[in-house]
Amino acid sequence: MSGQAQPRAGAEPVEAEWPLYEIFVRGKRGLNHVHVGSLHAADDEMALRHARDVYTRRNEGVSIWAVRAALVAASSPDEKDPLFAPANDKIYRHPTFYAIPDDVPHM
Amino acid sequence: MTAASEVSREGEQALLAAFDRTIARNDRIEPRDWMPEKYRSTLVRQIAQHAHSEIIGMQPEGNWLTRVPSLRRKAILLAKVQDEAGHGLYLYSACETLGVSRRELTEKLIDGKQKYSSIFNYPTLSYADVGTIGWLVDGAAICNQVPLCRTSYGPYGRAMIRICKEESFHQRQGFELLSTMMRGTDEQRASVQESVDRFWWPALMMFGPPDAASPNTEQSMRWGIKRDTNDELRQKFVDMSVPQAAALGVTLPDPDLAWNEERGHHDFGQPDWDEFYAVVKGGGPCNAQRLAHRRRAYDEGRWVREAAAAFAAKGA
Repeated sequence: MSGQAQPRAGAEPVEAEWPLYEIFVRGKRGLNHVHVGSLHAADDEMALRHARDVYTRRNEGVSIWAVRAALVAASSPDEKDPLFAPANDKIYRHPTFYAIPDDVPHM
Repeated sequence: MTAASEVSREGEQALLAAFDRTIARNDRIEPRDWMPEKYRSTLVRQIAQHAHSEIIGMQPEGNWLTRVPSLRRKAILLAKVQDEAGHGLYLYSACETLGVSRRELTEKLIDGKQKYSSIFNYPTLSYADVGTIGWLVDGAAICNQVPLCRTSYGPYGRAMIRICKEESFHQRQGFELLSTMMRGTDEQRASVQESVDRFWWPALMMFGPPDAASPNTEQSMRWGIKRDTNDELRQKFVDMSVPQAAALGVTLPDPDLAWNEERGHHDFGQPDWDEFYAVVKGGGPCNAQRLAHRRRAYDEGRWVREAAAAFAAKGA
């Protein structure tokens, strides 16, 4: 994903690319951090500084997480059915599964 | 034909069918989804071109940073040029989700293997150009970009939403700058008109060649990458700009520009497409200068990138 130099044909080896970081911003207190994009930085501290400049120029956030992209474990789209299908046949997890008479209050 | 390749071809057909269904539902394609190679390469080309335009676009306006007439205008212009850098970074980040590296994109730009918008190959000869770029060039960019917020590739659409929010400031500061100059001296008014005369046609070219000569449009629209054709967007831009020009008190330099009651749109003349193709191929007034500047920044920044990487390696 990142980090390793890929020499251009016929050129001397090029410098290693700064690793890729995924950036998450908390818009305001009480909200979750939300993924906003990615950027390259040499280390964690630089990732936070760059994230501030790139993703919060207009008070978009009160808190930033920067995570090395290589460290993110992600489900694959191919696993979509086995991973998420079981949720579909458990309709009894939804409140609308249960019929309650209209005249019962506060339900 | 072996059994194995039969199976893999069937597998590919199933993947393509799933992809087509996602597009037909108007759902978004996300980075780890299977996609046709042509869809991927079309997106890489378009997003890279777009990212490079933001980065090269810092140069014409950056040209005036040290010479703006007031601290207020300087703060505004600095913020705007910084936004362009940010827009470039959002788009590079979106492009990288398609499996290309940042270095590859940067090198293709400075080697002239990927394009950027030809508008940035025109010089900024007067300070009024800063206003005209905000009003017309960013105005045209907004016309192009608003529909791209609904593009079928998720990361591209999300980057566009972020960019469009910020682009409105760019256009308004330009219009305000020009209207301030229009309330000034005769010389200032003449400077605005001269600037608009130079930028009007290149701004119309920003939407790309006419539909009949745009080979990629049809497939891109079928895939939901583009939502409107070049000519539709150009018409929209002209219709938007005419009342704005009237409010400013400037004349748009097109003798054929007239309201067409029947169509409900303005008729307008065609830009000089020979000039367009010449600039795209590298023959514009500033092509060489723009690329040389970008190349120098990349080369001269190399020791910084290496030093930061060495420092990080030491701390790790």
